[in-house]
Amino acid sequence: MNVLLVLPILIPLVTAVAALLAWRWRRVQRWMSVLGATALLFVALRLLTSVWRDGIQAVQMGSWPAPFGITVVADLFSAIMVALAGVMGFAVAIYSLSSMDAERESFGYYPLLHILLMGVCGAFLTGDMFNLYVWFEVMLMASFVLLVLGGERAQMEGAIKYVTLNLMSSALFLAAVGILYGMAGTLNMADLAEKLKNVHHPGLVTTLSMLFLIAFGIKAAVFPLFFWLPASYHTPPVAVSAIFAGLLTKVGVYALIRVFTLLFVHDVGYTHRLILVVAGLTMITGVLGAVAQNEFRRILSFHIVSQIGYMIMGLGLFTPLALAGSIFYIIHHIIVKTNLFLVSGVVHRLCGTYELKKLGGLYQVYPGLAILFMIPALSLAGLPPLSGFWAKLTLVQAGLEIQQYEIVAVALAVGMLTLFSMIKIWTEAFWKPSTLNPQPSDNRRRVLNLLFPIVLLALLTVAIGLVAQPFFALAERAADQLINPEAYIRAVLAGTS
Amino acid sequence: METILAVVIGALYATGIYMMLRRSLVKLIIGLGLLSNGANLLIFTVGRLTRARAPFIPEGAETLTPPYADPLPQALILTAIVISFGVLGFAVVLFHRAYQTVGTDDLDEMKATDT
Amino acid sequence: MSLILRTATRFLLPLLLLFSLFLLLRGHNSPGGGFVGGLVAAAAFALYALAFDVAAARQLLRIDPRQLIAVGLLVALASGMVAWLAREPFMTGQWSYITVLGIGPVPLGTPLIFDLGVYLVVVGVMLTIILSLAEE
Repeated sequence: MNVLLVLPILIPLVTAVAALLAWRWRRVQRWMSVLGATALLFVALRLLTSVWRDGIQAVQMGSWPAPFGITVVADLFSAIMVALAGVMGFAVAIYSLSSMDAERESFGYYPLLHILLMGVCGAFLTGDMFNLYVWFEVMLMASFVLLVLGGERAQMEGAIKYVTLNLMSSALFLAAVGILYGMAGTLNMADLAEKLKNVHHPGLVTTLSMLFLIAFGIKAAVFPLFFWLPASYHTPPVAVSAIFAGLLTKVGVYALIRVFTLLFVHDVGYTHRLILVVAGLTMITGVLGAVAQNEFRRILSFHIVSQIGYMIMGLGLFTPLALAGSIFYIIHHIIVKTNLFLVSGVVHRLCGTYELKKLGGLYQVYPGLAILFMIPALSLAGLPPLSGFWAKLTLVQAGLEIQQYEIVAVALAVGMLTLFSMIKIWTEAFWKPSTLNPQPSDNRRRVLNLLFPIVLLALLTVAIGLVAQPFFALAERAADQLINPEAYIRAVLAGTS
Repeated sequence: METILAVVIGALYATGIYMMLRRSLVKLIIGLGLLSNGANLLIFTVGRLTRARAPFIPEGAETLTPPYADPLPQALILTAIVISFGVLGFAVVLFHRAYQTVGTDDLDEMKATDT
Repeated sequence: MSLILRTATRFLLPLLLLFSLFLLLRGHNSPGGGFVGGLVAAAAFALYALAFDVAAARQLLRIDPRQLIAVGLLVALASGMVAWLAREPFMTGQWSYITVLGIGPVPLGTPLIFDLGVYLVVVGVMLTIILSLAEE
């Protein structure tokens, strides 16, 4: 019996229920939310240390043995993702205290936020394809409502594209799961890994893997399936944008990495080669889209797309070092990206706009905020000694190791363009002289709520950059577990049958 | 039977996607509904169609006696139906609200947030 | 609304609610269960809202349907956690037997409590959607 594995799913659920019961009392809801997020963070870190120490852990819901029941399993990769979800949930819960307006709060913002976290953690921890689908839907439902909460026109228009494309992806995912069951007779991932080795038609498995690539590709926003993301992520309030940017597409990336390391490794020459090409194109289109934009959050939205390319690149190269690079990149990216969105929210609060043309002069008035922007921005571009540098370095090294020079060249060029568009935000919003006179309208405590998560995430970025070794060791061991899935399979199927 | 169902599934997917490609919000949602039904029927078909007993272990026996039908595809479909019911219900409300705020159901008029 | 519908609803409402409970209780081994039962119960209240009006249905329900969702989730959650007391994985069914006069021992287990939670959640979700759409 292992309670720790289920808690990352149960804590957000309990928090959401508690907040739902306190529907009329906004103050109580706020406290519940912070309390629940703190508990989730604590449990997620405990889970990470426990998996690091004792290896992969699995628990069968309701004691139904493995290929039949619902399996919850945490290998190091899952545990890292859950820990990141915990950190993001915590940061955004505190940021929301000061940034969320009363109307959205009283229409269920806090319960929805925690149901979203539950869906995300559930997707990371499940060991079963169909349950992955269910958790995806839980997460999507919460994200749909969060996206339209408030009902502004832009939100509606963005949400229509977001909802349509995500439902499309869900339908494809569901169809793929059905065919997978028809082929292998099981949906437990560990069991599938065993059964797919001796399926009669290997060609059919490759075809099916493409269906999964498209379904998860839409969720992860890879090239040519990313159009819903830049159309919707800049429309909701910034706290919602931040948690979406940090976690949602990464669940898609997680699912891609999971199925293409555990299940579909029969025809690596074709599938992973294709993923590599997609990765390169994703990086390029994303960053070019960002360069063309002049609005703070739209630039950041396009950068999510381009960064997804880097994460997929490690999967496409498919060596232990490359996967470690991918995982390191995900760790770095989630922290940095969420932080940039949080900073954009503060800028919007001070100046009342996201348009770069109208912004300016922030460095003179708030040099501290400018530095807080500079840390994640430069890290995103991959400048040493920040976290992004080591993430990119690992991926580039992995690419050079197996002579994939084209993708390395793309990665480096995209890094330069990322730097260019971060510098653009810097000069336009912070450096350029301006007649605009930003006025702080908040009291001290509210400002503290806004700045605390930003400082926390910035410190994490710097810490990962300066003491990269332990984080890299973590990523390396997680990658090792992914490349050699025997331990995973044994952990799930052991003690059953 | 499989052939008939395969044709039906293909038709559902085709009409669903055709409806989604139209400009109207209402047709978009009809398309989504058809698509998810196509997926459900697909699970039903690839999960093997067998005419056999319900998978109950008879009193006194330890295992199932062979000709029995697999209940899992139905369970998956049932879950998927419930989920798609919820999601489509939400989508109807969302599209209704969007129609009220934007004042049209023409998707070509809703490009403000693109690019 | 018509007098016929209103009169019929008065008779149908308790019957439907009883039937929903019947479905809930037989669900463990036969067709039925919390989901179907919940749908029937929600349909009963929806019928009442049609025959009279939404405010009347809300009054009859007494409790806000949103609270029903929360309570139902809590009940389902608690039924899963009972297994922890027996040091078994989450959601493992725990059974006890209660002897009822004239029937003999009746098995009573956490799956029923879980189903009760599902029942409440379904009633809550359905009525939240139906009543708020009807009010618009």
